[in-house]
Amino acid sequence: MMAKARLRSRMAQIGPPIVVAAVLIGLWEAFVKARDIQPFLLPAPSLIWDQFWAFDDKIWEATKVSGTNALVGLVFGTAAGVLGALVASRFRLFRDMALPVAAALNTMPIIALAPMFNNMFSSTSPVPRRLVVTIVVFFPVFLNILKGLTQVDATHVELMRSYASSDSHVLRKLRLPNALPFLFTSLKIAASLAVIAAVVAEYFGGAQNGLGSRITSAVSNSANGRAWAYVVAACALGLTFYLISLVLERLAMPWQAKRRGAT
Amino acid sequence: MNTPEPATVRAVAVSKIFNPDKANQVDALIDVDLTVEPGELVSLIGPSGCGKSTLLRLIANLIEPTSGELAVNGKSARQARLDQDYGMAFQQAGLFEWRTVARNIELPLELRKWSKAERRARASEMLELVKLGEFANHHPWELSGGMQQRVAIARALSFRPRMLLMDEPFGALDEMTREHMQAELLRICSETGTTVVFVTHSIPEAVYLSNRVVVMSPRPGRIVRVVDVPLGRRDDDTRESAEFFKKITEVREALRGTEGGGDLGPAEVERLRHAGGDLR
Ligand SMILES: Nc1ncnc2c1ncn2[C@@H]1O[C@H](COP(=O)(O)OP(=O)(O)OP(=O)(O)O)[C@@H](O)[C@H]1O
Ligand SMILES: [Mg+2]
Repeated sequence: MMAKARLRSRMAQIGPPIVVAAVLIGLWEAFVKARDIQPFLLPAPSLIWDQFWAFDDKIWEATKVSGTNALVGLVFGTAAGVLGALVASRFRLFRDMALPVAAALNTMPIIALAPMFNNMFSSTSPVPRRLVVTIVVFFPVFLNILKGLTQVDATHVELMRSYASSDSHVLRKLRLPNALPFLFTSLKIAASLAVIAAVVAEYFGGAQNGLGSRITSAVSNSANGRAWAYVVAACALGLTFYLISLVLERLAMPWQAKRRGAT
Repeated sequence: MNTPEPATVRAVAVSKIFNPDKANQVDALIDVDLTVEPGELVSLIGPSGCGKSTLLRLIANLIEPTSGELAVNGKSARQARLDQDYGMAFQQAGLFEWRTVARNIELPLELRKWSKAERRARASEMLELVKLGEFANHHPWELSGGMQQRVAIARALSFRPRMLLMDEPFGALDEMTREHMQAELLRICSETGTTVVFVTHSIPEAVYLSNRVVVMSPRPGRIVRVVDVPLGRRDDDTRESAEFFKKITEVREALRGTEGGGDLGPAEVERLRHAGGDLR
């Protein structure tokens, strides 16, 4: 009974978006066919589908390259963000200086730095892409974790003080667990950003092996259907990253899922 | 009885002013003198904002007095906090939502480096005491406000502190649970000699539990009256005794003088009474 009910609620969750997507794709197909739209303007979903399977080996290779760049950047950016937030939460002066700067930089299009990074490294190096991803990921993680470490309940702080607890106890028992939901909130944002940054960074030259460079070269060869097939792969990659961070959140904080289920 | 034990709390002319010399200055407490002897149960009562929580937090050394002297167990309040001489139940339950009920109660024991088995045993003992045995593995948001408050009380009692500071601990409890908790508190105190400073808004509760009831008035917060309650051993008959009602009336009259936020000090109340003014 329980499992059945859970399955039904799961279906109720993912059913509607699938129906909406199917309807949209159907309308798209019908529109292109009815108006006889040229593929270089807008290819039909059926054409994109054919292209996808015609080039599936190459798409898979490019996805692995971009996916690796995104993952490496995500890991380094998250690690740097967490470490930076720990330091900033510990030293008030540093925090007061770093916070406005970080908040300002977070609103800027960091992806615009990609061409400059390309010039700094050899033309086949993956480092510039990974660097862009790292920086893009750093800011939301840093800002969110810092919030989680510092915005603790005043009663909790007094409680720990009443136990005469050391700073490291306050960190381990109060601040870190308090920051955990913030970590996953930022990770869900950062996971999508990482894929976008990894793909878009390739638009500005450099090594020609990832999804971004394949999209640009397909477009310049007027192979629009193929370009869209690569775009589909990029979407799938972003979705995968997001879902993995969602699963990690569930695993790390089972009580949150339980709580959401209850309310 | 050779060397006399130091008073558990000795406050002499203690004042607390928040945001001094600023537009939002608050004279939370002015010239408070209070002595609590070991084993005593003393209640603080008074209108909202009269500084009850502030006085409790001063004793707990969560804030520092602006002036005056404050000693706890014969040492500075700070040293008493560092020695973890007291357990505190705050006005908000203040449970960690990422911990289960049992692990919330274990928190102070973890910090004291108790073994896991010892912590488990004490937590379940405490949960039985507050009648929440079945909720050990629940998370705080699955509990009602009153249940959360009981968990916070269990957490404050878990390491058997010699002094308990309790800020409206039974405020959110239903009448029956409240009476049960009152009886348990009195039992713990008589068995272990625990000293309690207890904030409440309920006059009968203050009278029933306390050796002394400290009546406070707001703006500026100060002690207007200390009512001794020599009722002896409490039991169910106590709540119906004439002496009990006499003390309730005494506290109520002292409190009545504090209404109107200090515009009507005890002196004015006395004057009005003599002038034949009916304050009821
Ligand atoms: N951290 C603070 N900063 C500024 N003012 C404060 C602070 N804490 C308390 N006050 C002020 O001190 C006064 C006494 O507050 P306190 O919390 O001690 O009242 P209380 O008697 O516990 O009231 P209640 O019965 O509503 O809990 C209030 O006027 C309050 O606004
Ligand atoms: Mg209060």
